[in-house]
Amino acid sequence: MLFWTTIKLALRSLIGNKLRSVLTMLGMIIGVAAVIAMLALGNGVQSQITKWVSRMGKNTITVFPHNPRIPPVLNGAAEPLTLGDAHAILSIPGVKYVSPVVADSKPVKWGNYHTYCNIIGCASTYILIHDFKVQSGQMFNYFDIRDMASVAVIGPETATRLFGSQNPLGHTITVGTIRFKVIGVLVPKGRQGWFDPDNQVLLPYTTAMTELMGQHQIALNHIDIEVQHASDLTPVQNQIQTVLRIRHSLIDGDSDDFWIASQLQIIKITNRIGGAFTMLLGSVAGIALLIGGIGIMNIMLVTVTERTREIGIRKAIGARQRDVLRQFLIESVLVSVIGGVIGVGVGVVSAHFVKFRHATGVVEPHMILLALCISAGVGVFFGYYPARRAARLNPIEALRYE
Amino acid sequence: MESVKPILELKQIIKRYHLDAGDVLALDRINLQILLGEMFAITGPSGSGKTTLMNILGCLDVADEGEYILDGEDVSELEGDALSNIRNRKIGFVFQSFNLLPRLSALENVEMPLLYAGVRHARNVATEALETVGLAERLHHEPAQLSGGQRQRVAIARAIVTNPAIILADEPTGNLDSRVGRDILNLFHDLNAQGRTIVVVTHDSGVAKHCAREARIRDGRVVDILEHSSVHTSGTAEIDPPLAATG
Repeated sequence: MLFWTTIKLALRSLIGNKLRSVLTMLGMIIGVAAVIAMLALGNGVQSQITKWVSRMGKNTITVFPHNPRIPPVLNGAAEPLTLGDAHAILSIPGVKYVSPVVADSKPVKWGNYHTYCNIIGCASTYILIHDFKVQSGQMFNYFDIRDMASVAVIGPETATRLFGSQNPLGHTITVGTIRFKVIGVLVPKGRQGWFDPDNQVLLPYTTAMTELMGQHQIALNHIDIEVQHASDLTPVQNQIQTVLRIRHSLIDGDSDDFWIASQLQIIKITNRIGGAFTMLLGSVAGIALLIGGIGIMNIMLVTVTERTREIGIRKAIGARQRDVLRQFLIESVLVSVIGGVIGVGVGVVSAHFVKFRHATGVVEPHMILLALCISAGVGVFFGYYPARRAARLNPIEALRYE
Repeated sequence: MESVKPILELKQIIKRYHLDAGDVLALDRINLQILLGEMFAITGPSGSGKTTLMNILGCLDVADEGEYILDGEDVSELEGDALSNIRNRKIGFVFQSFNLLPRLSALENVEMPLLYAGVRHARNVATEALETVGLAERLHHEPAQLSGGQRQRVAIARAIVTNPAIILADEPTGNLDSRVGRDILNLFHDLNAQGRTIVVVTHDSGVAKHCAREARIRDGRVVDILEHSSVHTSGTAEIDPPLAATG
């Protein structure tokens, strides 16, 4: 009974000071909306990354030459990944395709047209591993690789930049200083975050390693592998580790001087990065919420002072400390929760509009629950001190207050 | 009258205020008995200690020394919430400036002490109290929509709603014009006639003459206790219809 009267009264006093209540709530609204929008954005980025990673290809494993867990200084002695390593991996049971990869960025030219793109030296299996399709012409084959042919397969974006609407097939482009004949154009795949698979030039790895990347480079940037079945991922990974440790003459106790990343691991890592990103965004938004809370405290202190006489009257007619405390706490929680509810609405709407690269916000129910709990918590936390101050007022002095 | 038991009793009450200039003795060994069903006045000029005495009688403050027995209960040593409970159950305040809560209706104002006491059916009890003071038609008006006299009636209804041991009125007619003030005093007489103990604190000797006895305070002491034999007998005959209507 008293509880409902108190809520009714708190609502009336909020309505009685409309502008002040709205401004106080505004702090909470902005804070909660920011929390929702930022968490949603972090969430969206994370799921976008997961999508990109899964688009890299199914059942793939990538072997990198350095163990990221070892500081770079100690990596100096690491053996590079070589074509020999790639061949050794090819003979592991369960492996379907292997492609050695050397990569670089270089200017590419056709006539007066220039662009700058990723140059990938790879095997013909590269497009199978990564799910690329050729829209016109064809992929280079075993013979092109064996003969170190000067042929190139280009991405659709690269084709547009160099050739416009013309058909690039049969034309000769210059990559760095070497001339290559365009024999195929890939089907667009869509941008994958920082990496644009549509703007690249694929070359036979033999040609790329001998002609383009300097004098007979032997180090590979990575080795891309596809296994037969998803169930082969783990055994193949273990086999690769065993094989490479033997080939690199590592003894027990040495750390791997290479790093085997399956899609699963990459997803795990990107999730961790995404989580950190979300935390960062969330804490920035949390600061907005903190400021909203301070606003509430400030206004509640003013309210308590203004209503000193009312507090005196209540105490004279028998209000105990906890009655007064509860009354003001309910009022501050009401402000923060109403602000929080509106903030959730604003946050959910704005989550659809905030963008980071290609990720939009994704709101989940637990975020809304969290935001509402936090806003109620803010009301209690920042309302407690003013409410306690009200509760402890001396009734005589409070009654005398004009 | 000596056979009637005292509803409140002050014994050797001392109250000091600590100021920078030194201690001030606001109440100097006050002894006072107020009897059950009595209408009693406490008078004195400003600075006499009258307000301090009222604060102690109303359990808003406690004495430094001495004993205060209210309705058979020693309240001298109580503090904080215990005093709140005593005020809630045993004392009904009527203030000079009414002191109603602004955004609440008359009914909600009168209900408030009952809600703090945790009484069930507070609404019905509060409605009855407002009917007693002649405001049955004004239950849902807010203080701002009521005249001064009506506001004081709401305050009186709030004071009697818990059926307290004493009604403590501090200059109850001070903010009212004389005609309305007289109506309020008549209302007090009615309540007194129903057996309620009423203590009026005032500097107005006209108001004090309405009470059966009057204690005069000077410099923190009771200097005189007067009996007003020709107590203005109110009865319902005195109360004009306007009392029940506008006030």
